[in-house]
Amino acid sequence: MHISFSNNFCDPCNFSSKMMEDCLSKKIEITVSEAEKRTGRNAMNMQETYTAYLIETRAVESQTEGQCSPPDSLWRRYSEFELLRNYLLVNYPHIVVPPLPEKRAEFVWHKLSADNMDPDFVERRRIGLENFLIRVASHPIICQDKIFYSFLTQEGGWKEMVNETGFQLKADSRLKALNATFRVKNPDKRFTELKHYSDELQSVISHLLRVRARVADRLYGVYKVHGNYGRVFSEWSAIEKEMGDGLQSAGHHMDVYAGSIDDILEEEEHYADQLKEYLFYAEALRAVCRKHELMQYDLEIAAQDLASKKQQCEELATGTLRTFSLKGMTSKLFGQETPEQREGKIKVLEEQIHEGEEQLKSKNVESREFVKSAWTDIERFKEQKNHDLKEALISYAVMQISMCKKGIQVWTNAKECFSKM
Amino acid sequence: MSAGGGGLGTPRALPSSGPRALRDMPHPLAASSSEEAASDLTPSPDLLLPRSFADKDLSLPNGTPVDTSSPASSSSLLNRLQLDDDLDGETRDLFVSVDDPKKHICTMETYITYRVTTKTTRAEFDLPEYSVRRRYQDFDWLRNKLEESQPTHLIPPLPEKFVMKGVVDRFSEEFVETRRKALDKFLKRIADHPVLSFNEHFNVFLTAKDLNAYKKQGMALLSKMGESVKYVTGGYKLRSRPLEFAAIGDYLDTFVLKLGTIDRIAQRIIKEELEYLVELREYGPVYSTWGGLEMELAEPLEGVSACIGNCCTALEELSDDMTEDFLPVLREYILYSESMKVPADVEKCQDRVECFNADLKADMERWQNNKRQDFRQLLMGMADKNIQYYEKCLTAWESIIPLLQDKPETK
Repeated sequence: MHISFSNNFCDPCNFSSKMMEDCLSKKIEITVSEAEKRTGRNAMNMQETYTAYLIETRAVESQTEGQCSPPDSLWRRYSEFELLRNYLLVNYPHIVVPPLPEKRAEFVWHKLSADNMDPDFVERRRIGLENFLIRVASHPIICQDKIFYSFLTQEGGWKEMVNETGFQLKADSRLKALNATFRVKNPDKRFTELKHYSDELQSVISHLLRVRARVADRLYGVYKVHGNYGRVFSEWSAIEKEMGDGLQSAGHHMDVYAGSIDDILEEEEHYADQLKEYLFYAEALRAVCRKHELMQYDLEIAAQDLASKKQQCEELATGTLRTFSLKGMTSKLFGQETPEQREGKIKVLEEQIHEGEEQLKSKNVESREFVKSAWTDIERFKEQKNHDLKEALISYAVMQISMCKKGIQVWTNAKECFSKM
Repeated sequence: MSAGGGGLGTPRALPSSGPRALRDMPHPLAASSSEEAASDLTPSPDLLLPRSFADKDLSLPNGTPVDTSSPASSSSLLNRLQLDDDLDGETRDLFVSVDDPKKHICTMETYITYRVTTKTTRAEFDLPEYSVRRRYQDFDWLRNKLEESQPTHLIPPLPEKFVMKGVVDRFSEEFVETRRKALDKFLKRIADHPVLSFNEHFNVFLTAKDLNAYKKQGMALLSKMGESVKYVTGGYKLRSRPLEFAAIGDYLDTFVLKLGTIDRIAQRIIKEELEYLVELREYGPVYSTWGGLEMELAEPLEGVSACIGNCCTALEELSDDMTEDFLPVLREYILYSESMKVPADVEKCQDRVECFNADLKADMERWQNNKRQDFRQLLMGMADKNIQYYEKCLTAWESIIPLLQDKPETK
């Protein structure tokens, strides 16, 4: 079953309508239409099995004109998607980058396989990958990225192209150390709160997904046990005269009831996937806050550094020793420096101070710009999140309603059979 | 609904006849209107006066005219009975019920008594109404007397006599209620039986103020009886011949087996449902917690949380119903059926066999018919409870759709 997510909500509040129009998603239709098992050799020349996904792109205009031109297509595997996303994370740290579907099946209830090769898992991943591409294509800023465009259109040599951008070197390794604390004196309060929110959100959605999996497990048990009625009613009907027919047909309905749970729970997996997307989005949100934290930290360190250099300079110039330094002590012990030496030092320091001031200025500008653009994207993300989750809850309620109606139908049918006993 | 007054009386039942058609007396066990009806019932001298059968002005208290010429016309009254559309047009004139359990604490022992209420128009009874208190021992005594005196008939079973002290609380509400229902069923089955209901011991059981005195008298009589009585009480329930009784034996074996399986399945379902309930009880509140983190989503998430809570309540009601209504009835039937199975005895007296067989056959047919009705009702009831459960959940989820779709005020 092919389900594609509709074009996602782009908040017009902070993005111009021109930017919306320019969104790649408006120009091309993207689908991940197939998944195929492949075998190949990995980096260590060992044979491996993996799944490749077919990405198809088609210009939107060609469809409206009534032409049905064949789509362009290429195959990508999950690791290439990961590479793309890491590239985006490094180059757009102020953007809440859409997440990928999970690497390994988690929060599974017992019937579902946790095996990555399982067809159901592969199918749900296919849908998730398509969703990822559409989300990126719908984002006014990252949709314009060239690497992203080539990912969609250029099969060969894309990996090399990405690596050549040298983005891995740009990556701040500190971002990966999620729990390391940096003592930031003046963080933007909004980011602190947001980081706290993203932590809480991750925690609550994880909890929800875990319990939901257990609920699914139990519900499965309830339905399946009813299938036993089907068998025993059938056996019983064999020894009855008048009651036989009624029992037999009621038993059939019990079998139908027991069988209905499979489809019901499969549908519910889509809801779980929608929740998972926002579980991972919370991580992306956290990354942006983290980035701000690090920038602020670097800024404060740079400012501190500058301040201490200025002080050193002042001390050297006025000859007062306000701070303890080993140099000061050794010079006391081994003799003062010459005026020329001191001059030299002051000059070096003054250069460093000048450089530092320039750096601090640009860091400040960088930081302010980051805060501004990040906050814009965060607002966009909030709107999207509220909209999407509301839709998810509605579709969940609709699923429950459908399940209830099916239950009423089956038991009404059974009741009618019993009445004819 | 008027009853009893204004010269409308009931016809006098002819002695030694079977059940008579009910005339203007409202059904005392009718569900909703029983209170008002019962209060109108007073034993009046009119009850004993013969009634003209030619009188065409007869009508039922609810206004439906009664065709006096055919007993089947009382069927509209029968519709108010619990066991409706059975008895093949038989009509009832004897109603019994067991209720109002009370605990008695005496120096020697503590025990429970139940109120046994009788309402009847039969001539065998001096009064139209009786209310006595009986304890389990008394029911047990009655059953033994019936087995002795009516060996050719199937006597309904009683609930278990012995309960393991320490394992089951004999005085818990649940146990007492289960027992009360079983005792009620026991008496009703006897009251419905065309032969057993006229048994002298049964009459005394229903009417005597001091049953113990009568019991002692009865014991004395019994010791005077000879071999023949003991012989008769040897447990002739089902015979090895003729062939059709063997078939009945086979049928009962399989039947009881299937019922046992259904019991196990039902228990398993209840267990699974309760485990499902445990998880649901954790699930709902998580939505609430999440709602606490959010602004715009707070209300929708709270709504979902409350909805799941409602489903929990509905599920709890379903499994309670199944535990309290479905399982006990099923189990009672297993006991009932088991009680009819007895290892076949070799007949000692050929000339009695025919009489025995005819009675047993008639009883079996009655039993089969009742069984069909009972299971129809039981299983339809089970289906109903499940339908109600889903309807409650459906209502809950449908009601939050508008809440979820609600657009927030534009900022």
